[in-house]
Amino acid sequence: MLEVSGLNAGYGRAQVLFDIALEARRGEVVALLGRNGAGKSTTLKAIMGLVPPLSGEVRFEGTRIDGREPHEIARLGLGYVPEDRRIFTDLTVAENLAVGRQPARADAPQWSTEHLLALFPALSRMLDRSGGRMSGGEQQMLCIARTLAGNPKAILLDEPSEGLAPLVVEQMAGVILELKRAGVTVLLAEQSARFTGRVADRGYTLEKGELLPA
Amino acid sequence: MSGSAVLLQFLNGLSGASALFLVAAGLSLIFGVTRIVNFAHGSLYMLGMYLAVWLSARIGFWASVPLAAALVAAGGAAVEMLLLRRIYKAPELFQLLATFAVVLLVKDLALWAWGPEDTLGPRAPGFAGAVEIAGRAFPQYDLLLIGLGPLVFLLLYLLLTKTRWGILVRAATQDREMVGALGVNQKLLFTAVFMLGAGLAGLGGALVIPREPASLEIDLAVVSDAFVVVVVGGLGSIPGAFLAALLIGEIKAFCIGLGYSKITLAVEFIVMAVVLVLRPWGLLGRPQAAMRGPAALEAPLDPPSGRAVAALLALFAGLAAIPAFTTGYTLVLLTDVLVFALFAASLHFMMGPGGMASFGHAAYFGLGAYGAGVLLLRLAAPMELALALAPLFALAGALVFGWFCVRLSGVYLAMLTLAFAQIAWSIAFQWDAVTGGSNGLIGVWPAAWLASKTAFYYAALLVCAAALALLWRLVFSPFGYALRASRDSALRAEAIGIPVRAVQWAAFCVAGLFAGLAGALFAFSKGSISPETLSVPRSVEGLVMVLLGGVQTLTGPVWGAALFTWLEDSVSRGFEYWRAAIGGVILLLVLAFPRGVAGFVRERIAR
Amino acid sequence: MSVLSVRGLSKAYGGVQAVHNVSFRVEGGEVVAMIGPNGAGKSTCFNMLNGQLAPDAGEIKLGEASLVGLAPHRIWRLGVGRTFQITATFGSMSVRENVQMALLSHHRRLASILSSAPRCCVDEADALLERVGMRSQAGRPCAVLAYGDLKRVELALALAHRPRLLLMDEPTAGMAPGERGELMQLAAVLARDDRLAVLFTEHDMDVVFGYASRVIVLHMGEIIASGTPDEVRADPRVREVYLGDA
Repeated sequence: MLEVSGLNAGYGRAQVLFDIALEARRGEVVALLGRNGAGKSTTLKAIMGLVPPLSGEVRFEGTRIDGREPHEIARLGLGYVPEDRRIFTDLTVAENLAVGRQPARADAPQWSTEHLLALFPALSRMLDRSGGRMSGGEQQMLCIARTLAGNPKAILLDEPSEGLAPLVVEQMAGVILELKRAGVTVLLAEQSARFTGRVADRGYTLEKGELLPA
Repeated sequence: MSGSAVLLQFLNGLSGASALFLVAAGLSLIFGVTRIVNFAHGSLYMLGMYLAVWLSARIGFWASVPLAAALVAAGGAAVEMLLLRRIYKAPELFQLLATFAVVLLVKDLALWAWGPEDTLGPRAPGFAGAVEIAGRAFPQYDLLLIGLGPLVFLLLYLLLTKTRWGILVRAATQDREMVGALGVNQKLLFTAVFMLGAGLAGLGGALVIPREPASLEIDLAVVSDAFVVVVVGGLGSIPGAFLAALLIGEIKAFCIGLGYSKITLAVEFIVMAVVLVLRPWGLLGRPQAAMRGPAALEAPLDPPSGRAVAALLALFAGLAAIPAFTTGYTLVLLTDVLVFALFAASLHFMMGPGGMASFGHAAYFGLGAYGAGVLLLRLAAPMELALALAPLFALAGALVFGWFCVRLSGVYLAMLTLAFAQIAWSIAFQWDAVTGGSNGLIGVWPAAWLASKTAFYYAALLVCAAALALLWRLVFSPFGYALRASRDSALRAEAIGIPVRAVQWAAFCVAGLFAGLAGALFAFSKGSISPETLSVPRSVEGLVMVLLGGVQTLTGPVWGAALFTWLEDSVSRGFEYWRAAIGGVILLLVLAFPRGVAGFVRERIAR
Repeated sequence: MSVLSVRGLSKAYGGVQAVHNVSFRVEGGEVVAMIGPNGAGKSTCFNMLNGQLAPDAGEIKLGEASLVGLAPHRIWRLGVGRTFQITATFGSMSVRENVQMALLSHHRRLASILSSAPRCCVDEADALLERVGMRSQAGRPCAVLAYGDLKRVELALALAHRPRLLLMDEPTAGMAPGERGELMQLAAVLARDDRLAVLFTEHDMDVVFGYASRVIVLHMGEIIASGTPDEVRADPRVREVYLGDA
């Protein structure tokens, strides 16, 4: 589904990632573990085209996507959920979902609005509320729902449990398992091994921009 | 004033507000999505006017209005695709400079195509007459305009809230990168928004031709009005722009109607001041929290090494020796270089260590120059005293304007400095009794012992060198450190007891004071002062000098000033379209070195 | 007399009550944790304590002095040091210069325009850096530091004015487990030796229950529980809205 090999990336003169190689097979939940600053977010951003890779290859369903624009990558069916949520706080919940909406794909699970609201019941009570007036946990739910509205084949999830109350972290784990059941491939960046241990099929560990041998 | 006259002025204000709203709404939309403050927005408006006048002579007024708007929209799209697309990732200031280059190019394009004279448009067929309102005649066309403003507002509102495209625009206004990661093609979105904004400006221009003649000065006048509207209304808020346009339109109408057209700007200023004190982010705007703060990775600034100081002293000695070799035009040019080096360095002080970009720094240069002229000619002060006291005029201006400016940051601050500079320019332009109006002041000559080119050159060299040394010393003083700390992180600076606003205000005043000194020297070196001295192009020249040399270097502004002064001198002598030439140079600079010349050199060295 | 006493503190944004009628005290020598779900009002509370936000109602006192309506820089002068959730340091300066800056402010020398800042308070700055374990990195630019080290620099900045109250907003977020313990240990030592009052927010329950002498739980803008770590951990309401069964 997703293959990365020899990936180097960074910001300006500072290189952050060194020779990253990883893969996620169809329907897998793969964890990317590491502490803050290890390069987890940068890896996801480089895959998504938000940080241009310096060298290396990124393939999505066999097609090379390194060097492509983020919107092209998103339209191929790769979704991205950023670490700091970045929902559109001036827009309502329904409008946030509308921004993420893409046409249905034959070979990916489809997420109609009803579907999404069933997965995130809390959102159905606040469709007209502006994103800025939601709690952190609700924002995180919306952020995932917004990406799912694009009917992705795979998603990159950046620290979905960061800064959330223990109770909401529980719910988040449930959502990830639900995604797996629906057949969405997930690449999950996390600091907490306790969390990934419950949801991931297997994992990679990053340290100072390099993968540790498994 | 009778009740009916009040009503009529009120209606007058409403019709003026409509065109203003169209321009401001476009500016706000474009800024929201692309984060570019489109300096050329007034030029698009001006282009709309000229095109409509020209077209209406051929295809009639009513056909010319939409066609002119469409042509301006197409022009806007071309500018976005050919120019802006290449610089979205460049520093904010470079983007502003690029759009200012467009201002210069469009101005000379209009000069070339339609000549320097003001051009009157036709009356609108079917709306040429007047209707009687409360016993007085009121132009039918103005009534039409009154209706058009709210109509366009309504359409824009529906577009932004009810269509998917509008939702995408609003989402991109907040976080364009995220919109891209969700599968939306930003390039298309940006071009479309720029087209819409440009089209609105063109429409605004085309619609006013039955009321006002097209002129080459309208571009900067309109864009600074639009800046005021946008700052008062709240940047990015279309309803805010509508409300503020009404407010400003009414103020203009009543001041003119009461026969006080000269105080219009002063009243506008007071209104803006009151709004900004009560709501720093505008009537309907939101706090700037969503905007990204100043770059966390500002380059470190080290005190000059012993070798650098020695090199500067050698340079000073070299400059002091020059009159031994030449006494001709070179000395005049070098005096200019010295004056502009000080001007650029004062601007750099607030831009570099202070992180406050000013688009109206010429206001303080001009205040110093006019201060010198007024002291010498109107108050009969001796030249030495005039030179010493003139910077205080600039200081006074900086005290007042700066108090407001430091309440904002980033592009908001830049827009406000521009609006203040435009106000200063208008006062200089209109206050005949003191400033000599459009003719300016003549006979501002130095004292007899400084009358020769050589003597004045030495005076300028001494004063500028001392002032530069003082400015640079300041950068590494505790005050200069507190200023840099406030720029790096205002949050942290406050949290360790630094009164951020007070520090920035003080820095604003220091920059104003030194610019005023440069202005006073400039006045005496030329013997005359014209309103050009504090015009917006002069402010932009200062910016170009600073950026040429590099914002993150201490002596950069001096080299930038030297290069630019020399360049301007060789290009502009006897060339009618010198503005376009300067614009071309700026574009070349921006496109060839999108990270700044200093950044370019640094990258080269690092390699 | 309590170092910090807060009474009836309230704040609403656009109709939403972010903090409602919150009252608590922090004594010198205490390390108090404020916990609660995201959006419970912890950050709003903190931002009112150091003057970034003006409360709608209520009273904040540092010893005898009221802090309501004062700007952050005045509150710092009265003796409140703060570290931020997302570290805020001066990126264009070295670690030492960052601390020198805070010391210049401490010695009220900000308006000095002719002395040389890089030569001011060098020894004092190094002593502070020694205390937080950053002495060896004094010459490095802040922009290149690791996250955990930045948190330490922030602590040095907060201590430069010898505060009576130290506010730490998620002090260990983004740090490795080992570093977390070190930083909190340092805070605990400061509280014990200098009689400093420490108030911090935190999501890592190991840190909260390991280092706090008292815990305050916020939920939807109100205090729903407060007491020793064990009392709070056992509170059914806290388990329901925040801790879950973890």
